[in-house]
Amino acid sequence: MAQLDLRGISKSFGDTAVLRDIDLSIADGEFLTLVGPSGCGKSTLIRIIAGLEPQTAGSIAVDGAPIDHLRPHERRVAMVFQSYALYPHMTVFQNLALPLTMARLTMAERLPLLRLLSPRRRRIMAGIGQEVGAVAEQLQIDRLLDRRPAQLSGGQRQRVALGRAMVRHPAVFLMDEPLSNLDAKLRVHMRSELADLHARLRATFVYVTHDQVEAMTMSDRVAMMHGGRIIQLGTPAQLYDRPANLTVAQFIGSPTINLIKGRIGRDDAIEIPGGRIGLATGLPPGAEVTVGLRPEAVVPAPLVPAFQDPVRLPARLHRRENLGPEQILHFDLMGTEKAGLTCRVMGSETVVADEPVDLLFEASACHVFDSAGERVDLPAPVTSSPPPVRPVAPLAGGPGA
Amino acid sequence: MSAAALPFRRQLLWQKLTGAGFALPAFLLLLALHVVPLLVLAGLSFTDYELGVVTFEWVGLDNYAQAFSDEVFRRSLVNTLYYVAIVLPGSVILSLLVAVLVHQRKRTRSFYEIIYFLPVTSTLIAMATVWQFLLHPSLGVINAALRKLGFGEVPFLSDPDLALPTLAMIGIWQLVGFNMILFLAGLSSIPRDLYEASAIDGVGNGVDRFLTITWPLLGPTTLFVIVTTSITAFKVFDTVAVMTKGGPQGATEVILYAIYLEGFYYFRTAYASVLTLVFLTFVVIFSVIQTFVLDRRTHY
Repeated sequence: MAQLDLRGISKSFGDTAVLRDIDLSIADGEFLTLVGPSGCGKSTLIRIIAGLEPQTAGSIAVDGAPIDHLRPHERRVAMVFQSYALYPHMTVFQNLALPLTMARLTMAERLPLLRLLSPRRRRIMAGIGQEVGAVAEQLQIDRLLDRRPAQLSGGQRQRVALGRAMVRHPAVFLMDEPLSNLDAKLRVHMRSELADLHARLRATFVYVTHDQVEAMTMSDRVAMMHGGRIIQLGTPAQLYDRPANLTVAQFIGSPTINLIKGRIGRDDAIEIPGGRIGLATGLPPGAEVTVGLRPEAVVPAPLVPAFQDPVRLPARLHRRENLGPEQILHFDLMGTEKAGLTCRVMGSETVVADEPVDLLFEASACHVFDSAGERVDLPAPVTSSPPPVRPVAPLAGGPGA
Repeated sequence: MSAAALPFRRQLLWQKLTGAGFALPAFLLLLALHVVPLLVLAGLSFTDYELGVVTFEWVGLDNYAQAFSDEVFRRSLVNTLYYVAIVLPGSVILSLLVAVLVHQRKRTRSFYEIIYFLPVTSTLIAMATVWQFLLHPSLGVINAALRKLGFGEVPFLSDPDLALPTLAMIGIWQLVGFNMILFLAGLSSIPRDLYEASAIDGVGNGVDRFLTITWPLLGPTTLFVIVTTSITAFKVFDTVAVMTKGGPQGATEVILYAIYLEGFYYFRTAYASVLTLVFLTFVVIFSVIQTFVLDRRTHY
């Protein structure tokens, strides 16, 4: 069991900086996910932790002791690769046993022919056999021990790769996009199995993914990376409810957050196309802002929301995606060029297409970002003097006009 | 038979004929260039035909009997196998070593590749002449160097015990570059992930890495290299013809050179046919090993 501390980790390939001054503490037994678009440096960071790549600057410590000088297998870490990296010429058993044989047998006891001379080897191998069997049973691959990786399905290979990481009882599990080669259904299944595994092993997990759903569903904490930096670190709920900047807001959540360009008006409210939002941002009048709205915060008028004092934006339905229990409705805002809003509504209640409706949301549901894309913390919504709703007259043009 | 089936069958027949028509030119060429000459060769081996003679007589197995009791032929067969026994392990192990070392270079890799591959691109006949000068007892650079170092003169090509090993060294020199390229291709196909995974699994030093990952995964490549090297070494001719002409005292008589002497020097075509058939038998054996063993155990 181990706490992992990264201090000032930087990495450059030539002139290209891939990681810039990463500080991160991962608690003992925590499931931390590094998430971000490809090229953000998350894989490089996990490879540096594993010892596969040297950092340009900074230090890594496990339980307070630096491990920078240690070789990969001396670091008490295990890694699951995106490609699984199973040894194709070995059986499942041999794949699982390799970390143990390397650790427990001497060089001579591993050499072909020469190893037959050692009685000690036989005893150790029997012990290894038992441990491998136990891990295989946990992962339900005990019937596959004689097979080669080529004879396994994707899901089975995934389990073997997990097993090979587990046999050594490492302090830290590093996982580099382990689910991305599985089909969608299996991926959902393995997500919950990994979460169960983490709960059972109580080991520290560092998990790399570009899939925000994996990050949100499994992690204790998520570190969102972008351009070689951690741009937000927090629980999944914190990242979703209080995104620190536009990049996080856009990356986390599906469907993607609605973004509306606006500007601070003279009375402190935010003027957006088709309406205004009564929020005191503290920004000077005329400042450019971006307003973020989660799709579930927007409700089309006929669905009667229980909002106190909603902002109303006239819009017209453009496209409907029916997912069964919920619908994703794409609206075009009236009187704007190509500006749209996406709503997520429960049930299958219908909004009639081609008929202008009002979209309702509460000002307090808005995330406001300044012109640099950073979150603007709002003291309180301006509710004292409710701004008059100024619906723009519906235009004659159709959707998307 | 229904009415519809008939045109369908006719169409099928037409398709088969078309296919056969396309295959025919290749088939005829194979027949004319490979099969018929082989049959003629086999037929000649039962005659007393000599090049330029108008008539011949069937002599049954006389030629075979003569070949297998012929001291020169037996010696040339043993010499050839001896040559293969030196060149095969020598060039395979050396080229594997070179490939592993060159593979780890980044900037200088292509430089080393070219250096080692140069002998392959040269004409062996010409190179054999060069080697003959290099190894010359009084004029050669190599003996001059040995004299300078105080080892005295080594009669590389005139000592019966040294002549064949010397030719084998030249054979290795010529083959290492080609085998290295094959091994490099094999090395490139081993995913980097496996080395990284093994580093985490505790495969710490180079020897372990080679024994655990590199060597097993090079298995298919190695087998291919072994077979092609065996065949190439078995066909040794150029260096013998240029440098030693089978001497000294028959120490470098090899199969292809014996065939050349019998067939094109003494014009005993029929007898040369027998030797050729023996030679082909060996090549076929190597090829069969390649085809069957290679296909069976090398797909992961």
